[in-house]
Amino acid sequence: MASTQGQIWVLVDYSLCTGCRLCEIACSLKHEGVIWPAASRITVYEDYPGCPVPHYCVQCPDYPCVSACPTKALKVDQNTGAVLVDTSLCTLCSSCVQACPGRVPKVVKGKQYVLICDLCGGDPACVKECTRAGYNALRVIRKPQGTAIKHYAKPPEVVVMEVCSRVFG
Amino acid sequence: MGMVQTFGMWGRLLDVDLSSGKVAEMKVSPVTYRMFIGGRGLAAHILWRELGRRWREVDPLGPENILTVLTGPLTGYYPGIKLSISGKSPQSGGVVGSVVSSHVAYAIKACGYDGLVIRGASRDPVYIYVRDGDVEVRDASRLWGMRGVDLIKALRNELGRDAPSIYIGPAGENLVRTAAVMARWFHAAGYGGYGAVMGSKKLKAVVVEGSGPLPPVANKDEFVKLRYEVIDRVASRVTFRRWGTTSAIWRVGHDTSSEPVRNWQEEWHNKEEFNHVLIEWRYWAKNPWADWSCPLACMKVSKVGIGGVTYLSDGPDYEMGAYLGTNLGVFEVDKAIALSAMADDLGLCGIQTGNVMGLAVELFERGVLTREDVGYDLRWGDFEGLRRLMEDIAYRRGVGRVLAEGTYRAAVEIARMKGVDPGEVLKYAVQVKGVGIGAHGIRSRKDYPQPIAYAASVQGGDHTSVAGLPANSEESESWSAFLDSAVVCSFTSTDEDMMIRFTNAVTGWALTKEELYGVVGPRILTLQRVMLLLGGPDVRWDPRKHDDNPPRFYEPLPSGPYAGSFVPRDEVRKNLEEYYKQLGWDENGIPTEDTLKKLGLYDLADAVREIRRELGAG
Repeated sequence: MASTQGQIWVLVDYSLCTGCRLCEIACSLKHEGVIWPAASRITVYEDYPGCPVPHYCVQCPDYPCVSACPTKALKVDQNTGAVLVDTSLCTLCSSCVQACPGRVPKVVKGKQYVLICDLCGGDPACVKECTRAGYNALRVIRKPQGTAIKHYAKPPEVVVMEVCSRVFG
Repeated sequence: MGMVQTFGMWGRLLDVDLSSGKVAEMKVSPVTYRMFIGGRGLAAHILWRELGRRWREVDPLGPENILTVLTGPLTGYYPGIKLSISGKSPQSGGVVGSVVSSHVAYAIKACGYDGLVIRGASRDPVYIYVRDGDVEVRDASRLWGMRGVDLIKALRNELGRDAPSIYIGPAGENLVRTAAVMARWFHAAGYGGYGAVMGSKKLKAVVVEGSGPLPPVANKDEFVKLRYEVIDRVASRVTFRRWGTTSAIWRVGHDTSSEPVRNWQEEWHNKEEFNHVLIEWRYWAKNPWADWSCPLACMKVSKVGIGGVTYLSDGPDYEMGAYLGTNLGVFEVDKAIALSAMADDLGLCGIQTGNVMGLAVELFERGVLTREDVGYDLRWGDFEGLRRLMEDIAYRRGVGRVLAEGTYRAAVEIARMKGVDPGEVLKYAVQVKGVGIGAHGIRSRKDYPQPIAYAASVQGGDHTSVAGLPANSEESESWSAFLDSAVVCSFTSTDEDMMIRFTNAVTGWALTKEELYGVVGPRILTLQRVMLLLGGPDVRWDPRKHDDNPPRFYEPLPSGPYAGSFVPRDEVRKNLEEYYKQLGWDENGIPTEDTLKKLGLYDLADAVREIRRELGAG
């Protein structure tokens, strides 16, 4: 496992998320130059009122998506720890989606390659937007050590139920 | 105007005919957008073009009516989200531009369309499913009869995921004229009664999933810059962030004496239970809660349990806390929240329904309605009776059959039933032109200061579209007409300079303040005004009689720091005349032919001549 020194991580506090999806807008404006929620690398799920769940790549220490990619289109950015997609190699086979414990990578109509959070090179637009709105549900922290971050890598519907039980008891 | 594209819009609508099941595309030209902006203005334009010649004969609850579901140029770009819902209103007989916070608004743009025009009526229950370029009219027989919460669950199970939707509850299905078009559990396009229009078309829901981008904007750098400026400004509205409109339930009643109490017999209360700080700690499971792209987050999820039943609602927000709380003499917050949750789930507009329920309780108290009429007692603050009454309205049972017609028609019908002059019942009906007044009184002049706020509004009692002087300012109804046409949330809106700059950055227009107040606003208002005065088939408004406040607003306030205040009649008359003049309308508020020419609305000339002839005014 490569060193995580100097790498960042996006921490979410579900109780602070308002479900506004400003993060999706900021992400698509940054990466696609337009407001394109479906092409956002972060997605907010809200199956129940008041239980929004922002969902995005948490950079698993073992990077199962990278190992699963048959065309070697995915690689780890050693500076940030983010998973980078080589857009010329990706065939949209979805192997990475299957391998991901949270089904995070997105296959979107109109994009020729899979979409995965690249941490904006170390300065994530989603976090800046969430901070700007004063919600602070997303924050940048130093990349945590070990496998604990996999707690944040569950499928969104599982997290929705967990958040719901906390909101409504 | 030489433009080939309206930036921020696609220039096309989905045109769905539910009678035939056919789906077509309706183009909207850049010139049309420039003239009518979008949303409410575009709806009025389409309705006039498609139905204008037979406007009076068109039954709002018949297949001929058209339901419009539209976005505007600011939708998706300006922080905060709204969707415009309109059609011929089953309340006013005119066009009410209603709005609802709904993710459908950005989703429809992400499908490559600016909105939907829905005509005809299905024989069997259906819902419309839009996914990018694909449109299906799907069977909804399993969904028919469902209340909001169950419906959202059923749709999620059917689609395998959560998808943006607007929908109706049982009230809309039962053609209740106070039924709303609902979204996301607690959100309602209440004014206008368009839930009943959906019901009349056997349309249970419209579900929209868009995977594409929003249309390009004209000036991206300017747009990005202004967007950050708006987010910064809106995010600093911390009272709203923390307490939303719930903070007004105490303030509007206690401080400004402008809150309906017991069917507007009073407008003041000192019930500290309605203090938002207490409500926050006692009842809110989630705060703050936001709609799409909103940096304000005025929503809150509240949860109460009464008699073993759990009720989830928002807030209550100000209008629900007032109309289903103080207006019904309900001063226990948990019960107001429960009634708010019920209205949401049944698909009722809490304002219109709380208004007609208040009328019913007062009539019962005065002995006009009796136990024989109702089947049970109606008393201020009696939760069980009020709960029953709300259900009876939603299902048109017993006296609910009459009350489901909305305040104005119910008052006229009750007078007929009782063999008394309509005025004897209408004097307790707090409505203007078929639309119950929103929960902002004008007697104290401390909350809504304009005495013609409702009397001159083209949307009757709609508190989100009030008239006022001067006509070239944010006080005028042109401002609301603009916000509802650009389709943006009035709570996240900022000053007129910013709104205009933002609109121009998105669209590439060169809109000015002068044009907004001098041409664009008056154009939309004049069009709505003419259709309102045409009315029909069962209502006809005479401006000399109906451009007026409800009788109750001329009674002095009986309590509170502004006791004795009332609206002076001569001031109403004087302000009306001045307002008409500033908008280019004649002394009866009928647009002149010169005005029609100036605004590019000369195709209304015949209709205007007919209205004038009927008034015997030349």
